[in-house]
Amino acid sequence: MADYSSLDIRQRSASTGTPPDIRRQQEVAKLIDVSKCIGCKACQSACEEWNDLRDDVGINVGVYDNPHDLTAKSWTLMRFTEYENAETNNLEWLIRKDGCMHCTDPGCLKACPSPGAIVQYSNGIVDFVEDHCIGCGYCVKGCPFNIPRISKTDNKAYKCTLCSDRVAVGQAPACAKACPTGSIMFGTKEAMIEQANDRVVDLKSRGFDKAGLYDPAGVGGTHVMYVLHHADKPQLYAGLPNDPKISPLVAFWKGGAKVMGLATMGFAALAGFFHYVTAGPNEVEAEEEEEAIDMKARGARRSADEIRPS
Amino acid sequence: MTNLWMDIKHADVITVMGGNAAEAHPCGFKWVVEAKAHNNAKLIVVDPRFTRTASVADLYCPIRQGTDIAFLSGVAKYLIDNDKLQHRYVAAYSNAGFVVKEGFDFNEGLFTGYSEEKRDYDKSTWDYELGPDGFAVVDETMQHPRCVMQLLKKHIAVYTPEMVERICGSPKETFLKVCQMIATTSSPDRTMASLYALGWTQHSKGSQNIRAMCIVQTLLGNIGQLGGGMQALRGHSNIQGLTDLGLMSNLIPGYLNIPIEKDANYADYISKRQFKPLRPGQMSYWQNYNKFFVSFQKMMWGEHATKENDWAFDYLPKLDVPTYDVLRGFELAKQGKMTGYVIQGFNPLMTFPNRAKMTEAFSKMKFIVVMDPLQTETARFWENHGEYNDVDSSQIQTEVFELPTTLFAEEEGSLSNSSRWLQWHWQAQEAPGECKPDIEIMSELHLRIKALYKRDGGAFADPILNLSWNYATEDSPTPVELARELNGYTVAPITDASGATTPAGKQLDGFAQLKDDGSTACGCWIYSGCYTEKGNTMARRDNTDPGNKGIAPNWAFAWPANRRVLYNRASCDPEGKPWSERKKLIEWNGKQWVGFDVPDYGVTVAPDKNMGPFILNQEGVARLWTRGLMRDGPFPTHYEPFESPMANIPFPKMKGNPVSRIFKGDLADLGTSAEFPYAATSYRLTEHFHQWTKHSRINAILQPEMFVEISEQLAKEKGIVKGDWVRVWSKRGSLKAKAVVTKRIKPLNCDGKIVHVVGLPQHWGFIGKTRNGWHPNTLTPVVGDANTETPEYKAWLVNIEATTPPNDRVA
Repeated sequence: MADYSSLDIRQRSASTGTPPDIRRQQEVAKLIDVSKCIGCKACQSACEEWNDLRDDVGINVGVYDNPHDLTAKSWTLMRFTEYENAETNNLEWLIRKDGCMHCTDPGCLKACPSPGAIVQYSNGIVDFVEDHCIGCGYCVKGCPFNIPRISKTDNKAYKCTLCSDRVAVGQAPACAKACPTGSIMFGTKEAMIEQANDRVVDLKSRGFDKAGLYDPAGVGGTHVMYVLHHADKPQLYAGLPNDPKISPLVAFWKGGAKVMGLATMGFAALAGFFHYVTAGPNEVEAEEEEEAIDMKARGARRSADEIRPS
Repeated sequence: MTNLWMDIKHADVITVMGGNAAEAHPCGFKWVVEAKAHNNAKLIVVDPRFTRTASVADLYCPIRQGTDIAFLSGVAKYLIDNDKLQHRYVAAYSNAGFVVKEGFDFNEGLFTGYSEEKRDYDKSTWDYELGPDGFAVVDETMQHPRCVMQLLKKHIAVYTPEMVERICGSPKETFLKVCQMIATTSSPDRTMASLYALGWTQHSKGSQNIRAMCIVQTLLGNIGQLGGGMQALRGHSNIQGLTDLGLMSNLIPGYLNIPIEKDANYADYISKRQFKPLRPGQMSYWQNYNKFFVSFQKMMWGEHATKENDWAFDYLPKLDVPTYDVLRGFELAKQGKMTGYVIQGFNPLMTFPNRAKMTEAFSKMKFIVVMDPLQTETARFWENHGEYNDVDSSQIQTEVFELPTTLFAEEEGSLSNSSRWLQWHWQAQEAPGECKPDIEIMSELHLRIKALYKRDGGAFADPILNLSWNYATEDSPTPVELARELNGYTVAPITDASGATTPAGKQLDGFAQLKDDGSTACGCWIYSGCYTEKGNTMARRDNTDPGNKGIAPNWAFAWPANRRVLYNRASCDPEGKPWSERKKLIEWNGKQWVGFDVPDYGVTVAPDKNMGPFILNQEGVARLWTRGLMRDGPFPTHYEPFESPMANIPFPKMKGNPVSRIFKGDLADLGTSAEFPYAATSYRLTEHFHQWTKHSRINAILQPEMFVEISEQLAKEKGIVKGDWVRVWSKRGSLKAKAVVTKRIKPLNCDGKIVHVVGLPQHWGFIGKTRNGWHPNTLTPVVGDANTETPEYKAWLVNIEATTPPNDRVA
């Protein structure tokens, strides 16, 4: 196996400038071939084992998906969709392993206001650094795939790390290692694209004319990619976004809003200084400040909901 | 398996029917995925439910549970009608041309010789016509009206595509697509692998389900070939070992029989089993039965097994009934006749059919001993767990002994897998607490019983007192010591055909060295070769695979004789050339058979000697018609499950298998389709392994709670909502579960009648980390396969309704 080991950081949340002396590493990728997946959940099991997570024992709500959604303790999940293909008259059971896509242009990282809480390594992996996480939830809103989850226990954000700790020492992610059918593959992004192209040829020969690779350009491509039988309709696979993009709100926050915000802060500071000089000190309650942050977060959530895929 | 897991990658077509390999065998299923990805294989799934296997199939065909014989007979008919046979294979390697005795017939669902009173057949006409030379008469043209091919055509004539649709509910068009895809493997260079498991065995005619596919595979010439074969996928990591080592009431190791009462003495017993060839020049390997048997007796009783005492033949029990299977066992317990039970590594309360009967039987016993690494419901059958186990403990006097045992990772030893590999494994950690290996517990038990006999005497103590017991630590034989016994060793010097002598006390190289004169001892003839003078072949881990055949001959040990593909002589034409260069396994090089696998044949027997490739059979060929070897007939016949929503369309007089045994009380416990209109079936889920993994947190997270699967149509009819509680009940019991309403189960149209399927997975109970629940055995009927007594877990009748939560789940 190639040496994918790199924890060199390419991007860091809420930080300006490129980390010094970055070595361009080969980009890695996980390829999930949905057409080979049997939905056995070995990946879910391996993820819990390797990351030492133990979610709650839930209940059955009438479907095979268990747990029912990603949580702070379930970073990956099989999502089962029963699809009646009107063109072929066949029933298809589409099973997609959900989890972080490790976008080249990560919306979570863009949205994160806490310096260094989200990083992107030079091999493409996007990782959360919980020590720096302030639990604001902006990453949840910034993610076009609805992946990060805030823990109710420690109020920090969690998601798949692409087993950055394993990759750093030349190992494939735990899910890929455990997958019994070879549906989950791992390697350089280049090799995975090549592999995907082979699979697409096979799927087309079996009547899936629209088979293809899911590596959406709207987020600059991803480091977790899918081979889909119906690449023209990603939405079929439990709502995989057809054309994921970072919320304009995040762009706004990162672009104009941030500059304006900083300018406003600068102006406020200046005004405050004059106010202090002219009118004396003014006390601001901590509570009021929190409330203000909360209102801002709620506003962001509302706006994001409107444009997010259902 | 006739072949092995890795071999599936060579298949051109893979049919999964009577199983759900992706669900129950996800790791082995990788070879199906491999065949699809790199051998352009097509995958067919035939199942009442659109399963996880179906989710990656090229073609899915629904079928009503319990109608596989009709379906497969229809396939066989299609192959014959459309001339899609591998002709030379069928002519040379099957009994298609063998002429059957006059008098044999089949009428209205019954073969000749049926006795309604005995529920059994007089099978005297179920045999070949013998010529003056004592050999079976064969008509090579296959035109004789009583030859097997003609009888087969006649027998399956009724299973037209229209009839298959009426019986099975499989749409005719889809059925024909399946036939066409299967038929592509009739060419000599294309093969189909048949993958099946308990979806075929757990029926009142389970063995005949498998026979039906054997007929199809023989007509196609797919047995003995790379990527072909009958692939029985075993349900536990060592269940293959269980049958190999004869852990059945009627077997001793290596598929030898426990004598029956009619076997008056050794000579009598052996004469009925040392089958003579039925055709000239055939090997009929069971002629060596006496060598295997005598060597087994020598391993058991050493110097006490002598020629003079018939090799201690009388030390063996003699069966007064065909089997003491579990169904009979618990019937006897219910009658108060079986008063104690030692339970080693299984959970009968939550397994065997009719839970209420199981509870009643256990309650009548004096004692049970439960040896298990985990807590089981069986050991707690007397304890009240609300509606999940609603018993009155004060009324139960049964004494329960629980002996904690080690788990596989806490001991070394070998496991036999579906590929017939014996793979050695090593201890990974020490067992917790007072857990002991099963071997140690059984040894201590034996030694204490022996001591009691020694001290107090008793009736016929010889088999116990004289049992060979030569282990370094008396109360704890090691797995290595036992493996060496199973392999076999020389008791006295032996000389082989070439004149070479092996002194006494040496490990054997293989079963070819076994003798019937007491000079060899061997615990299990088919395992011979697993621990030779060269060492432990089961511990080999060389995955070198010459020719990329998936054979890897130096990985572990495969029985028999390290052979990986059984009947591999049939991979060559009668002249000894491989049918296909692409699928070459072995070939005749002019002097001997050579190739990638150990030849399943005399290594120096030239092709022109006309010895058949099926060397274990008296005929030397594969059987399309099985003589008197099956209790329920030489051909498979469609019978309905004992509880079925349908009448038997082709044979209205014969609903269920006419020779399946059913006890009176259990017969009275059968329900009718008027009361219980829905066709139920039970199965496993990938997330769990039987009832073990409900003790494991992660598995409990992945599949926390019992559910029942029904179609959207049935849900609508019954007002059942996805995720709500339902009650499912049969004539024998009632349970509650969550409703999974799915498109993957569709109502079947059988002869104009809509049949709804109700699916019940089987992993929950009242102990463990999962939510409390029931096992489908609360509902299942007590009737088994006519040949093996495997219970009919796959097809019975229930009713269903929306209900309220169990008490502990009321919010």
